[in-house]
Amino acid sequence: MSKNLFILKLHHHVKFHGPKPKINVILKYGERQVQDVEDNKKKETLVEMIGIVKRFPGVIANDNVDFTLMPGEVHALLGENGAGKTTLMNILYGLYRPDAGMIKIEGKTVSISSPSRAIKLGIGMVHQNFRLIPTHTVAENVILNSPNTGFFINWQKIYDELKKQISKYGWRINPEARVWQLSAGEKQQVEILKLLYRGSRILIFDEPTSVLTPQESRMLFTTMRKMAEEGKGVVLITHKLEEALSVSDRVTVMRKGKVVLVKSTSMTTREELALAMIGRQEITQLPSQGSSKPSVPILSIRNLVVEGDKEEIAVNDASFDIYKGEILGIAGVSGNGQVELAEAIARIRKIKSGKILLEGRDVSSYSPRQMYENGVAYIPAEGARTGVVSDLTVMENMILKCYRYPPYSDKLLIKWREAAKLANMLVEKYQIVAPSINAKVKTLSGGNVQRLVLARELLGNPLTSPRLIIAVYPTSGLDIGAAEYVRTNLIEMRNEGAGILLISEDLDELLRMSNRIAVMYGGRIVGVFEGSQASKEVIGMLMARGAG
Amino acid sequence: MVVAEASTIEAAITGAVAAGTIYLLAATGEVLTERSGILNLGLEGIMMMGASASFIFTLCFNHLAGIVASMIIGALMALLLAFFSVTLRLNQVVTGLALTMFGTGLSGFICAPEVRSSIVRTINPAVPEEVALLNQAPRLLEVPIPILKDLPIVGRAFFTHNLIVYASIIFAVSMWVLLFKTKWGLSIRSVGENPAMADALGVNVYRIRYLSTMIGGALGGLAGAYIFLGYQPFWVEQITRGRGFIALALVILAAWSPLRAILVAYLFGGVEAFQYRVPLLGLGAQTPQFVLMLPYAVTILTLIFLSFSKVKRRISAPAALGTPYTREE
Ligand SMILES: Nc1ncnc2c1ncn2[C@@H]1O[C@H](COP(=O)(O)OP(=O)(O)OP(=O)(O)O)[C@@H](O)[C@H]1O
Ligand SMILES: [Mg+2]
Repeated sequence: MSKNLFILKLHHHVKFHGPKPKINVILKYGERQVQDVEDNKKKETLVEMIGIVKRFPGVIANDNVDFTLMPGEVHALLGENGAGKTTLMNILYGLYRPDAGMIKIEGKTVSISSPSRAIKLGIGMVHQNFRLIPTHTVAENVILNSPNTGFFINWQKIYDELKKQISKYGWRINPEARVWQLSAGEKQQVEILKLLYRGSRILIFDEPTSVLTPQESRMLFTTMRKMAEEGKGVVLITHKLEEALSVSDRVTVMRKGKVVLVKSTSMTTREELALAMIGRQEITQLPSQGSSKPSVPILSIRNLVVEGDKEEIAVNDASFDIYKGEILGIAGVSGNGQVELAEAIARIRKIKSGKILLEGRDVSSYSPRQMYENGVAYIPAEGARTGVVSDLTVMENMILKCYRYPPYSDKLLIKWREAAKLANMLVEKYQIVAPSINAKVKTLSGGNVQRLVLARELLGNPLTSPRLIIAVYPTSGLDIGAAEYVRTNLIEMRNEGAGILLISEDLDELLRMSNRIAVMYGGRIVGVFEGSQASKEVIGMLMARGAG
Repeated sequence: MVVAEASTIEAAITGAVAAGTIYLLAATGEVLTERSGILNLGLEGIMMMGASASFIFTLCFNHLAGIVASMIIGALMALLLAFFSVTLRLNQVVTGLALTMFGTGLSGFICAPEVRSSIVRTINPAVPEEVALLNQAPRLLEVPIPILKDLPIVGRAFFTHNLIVYASIIFAVSMWVLLFKTKWGLSIRSVGENPAMADALGVNVYRIRYLSTMIGGALGGLAGAYIFLGYQPFWVEQITRGRGFIALALVILAAWSPLRAILVAYLFGGVEAFQYRVPLLGLGAQTPQFVLMLPYAVTILTLIFLSFSKVKRRISAPAALGTPYTREE
């Protein structure tokens, strides 16, 4: 009975803004706050994880963690980078075996030895990186190895079934489309379909909004609420407080591998959650703007036209300048050409027409390496996926750009001692949590990979620190503390004279950091504002409609 | 004159189908193997051993025994490859080539007349020594298909062959149905694209790779048996003459589809048959070399074509081809 005392009983009444459960008692137990909520319907607990311990070399990722999930609730699992959220859910999904602890599904103790076992138990997980086969169709991805299909596949019947399911959630994907043709949000819907098709009742989402546009995120939240209404249990792993507050019924906060708070969402506040998550108040102080007067343009874009992945025009006749010591923010709903713009400037995407001038020199035909040698730093979107080689070590990834140059190599050989020195320095400076610099990057948590990418890029090349920084969603995937650290770093670089192109969806972030803000809509720059004069309303309107 | 032309075309197609069947059998198997993510560069060796086994067991017993033996030996050699590349996760290029060398050497050894004769007479002492020493075995008979064989031009070209030829078409079509219309096929293709994902959904990656490789090997063995029993009337050392490698190229050209493999196989078969007709047509002495080069040239062009990014997203090699799978943790 002892452990079960802390299992929460939650009234499972759920409506988006419907009445929230009544709280009767608040207990304190050690550093853990547990509250007991009256449950008059006595619904059976869907998932109980009790005393879970998981150690990795050098870290305890989960330290005696308890977690419960009720049917009909959206449960936010909140925590900083490396807090152990993904690890905990990977254990539930059978990807990792816990070193200690037990798991009960609907009251029955189970041993979840593999994902396929988890799926049989009705547990499904949507990972940070999608696990889909791009050359296969949506339907092929969904029905793979499902027990519901006969030996000979009746495609028509499956298409019809899926279409029904798709329209039920208000989505628009075509089951016959190939997955590579889909946007990130649509791919995620395929992942969800996969789970629903297998009858999952326990759905785990690992930072699902990090790759979504705001509209897509809203749609996902609606879907989550709908699934909860159907009596399923939904776990939302996130470090965004807003998400936890707006969509969940209950929150579990983790810090450094331990659960520090479990509460019903309606009974908590932003401040309380932030405090629990990072153990201190949110920091809001950024370095001052500095008296950087625009001087010489470091980057000039002239009539740039760039094609997207599907050969559509993604950037349409864009022209602007970035000056030394300036942050130019690009606002816009994602998918309006920002990423393609950044990729074109970094020279990893072809230019259809137009010019890119770096300090007056035409660099339109430069290679990415030439850009790097000329002091351009590039922080790619989804850095955790596209910015690292996950099978190489932390140290190797750190020197991935500078290994050709002294002091990291002579004409022939890499100087590993120098490389290690650099890696250790960066790991310390950016507080990257890794077992060691020789650990493979794939063992790092998502947020720590993002830190690694930032550390490498902001270092610059051995000759200069970066003069132009292209930062695409640099704080996505980072917790509050780390995001603030990145912002501070970028502003310091700006104050030292670098020009920065900052692409972000977070309007507050842009307004706080940018000297000027340009709004992109449908591939065009539809407005440029001085940072001091920019109003959130006007920009928001331009972002949504392209005209004021 | 018109009649003569018709019969020339007929003979050309007949030759193309007869030669193409070698490629079709080997490629159908290799399509399956590669779709599951395993590259079997041992195909040439497997075919060679298939031919040897069919030789020896046909001498001992009959054609059926020869054919069955060739498929078993093919599957066993593929099992060896699967063990190296699936379980031990060794480099598939190296192990595949090693298997080819092994098959070539062993085939040359066991089919050398004295060795062969003693093997045959150990298995079945009733076989007279002079038969076992002969570099020949009874040939598979042609079985014309009634009615169909009377179709104009294609009738004789397609429907007056031995049973392996018909079987090869059935295999290729069934393979296509298996890969694209059944649940297993979807699992096989998924294992070749993203084994980690398939594994997470409960697909047994190892079992699929083992089975696909072994079935591919059995078909490779059969291709070898067909060369000796159905296509080329006498035994020579290295009887496959690099056709295993052409079959590997053919798989690429067919873009990993058994149906396209039928077309491409007959095309390659046509090229091969054509070289024997060159002297008859009174063309220059260098023509055969040129013609023999064509399959390779076409394959290289196809590879270039497939590397264009626009094509790549639609048709491409299975993403996990040649990569061993290890479960995370
Ligand atoms: N496979 C692994 N091998 C070694 N260490 C690991 C492995 N997986 C996770 N870790 C470590 O366990 C800790 C917790 O990681 P986890 O991925 O659970 O964090 P998280 O809360 O999901 O963070 P984020 O928000 O950054 O994704 C981290 O310190 C991480 O480095
Ligand atoms: Mg994580």
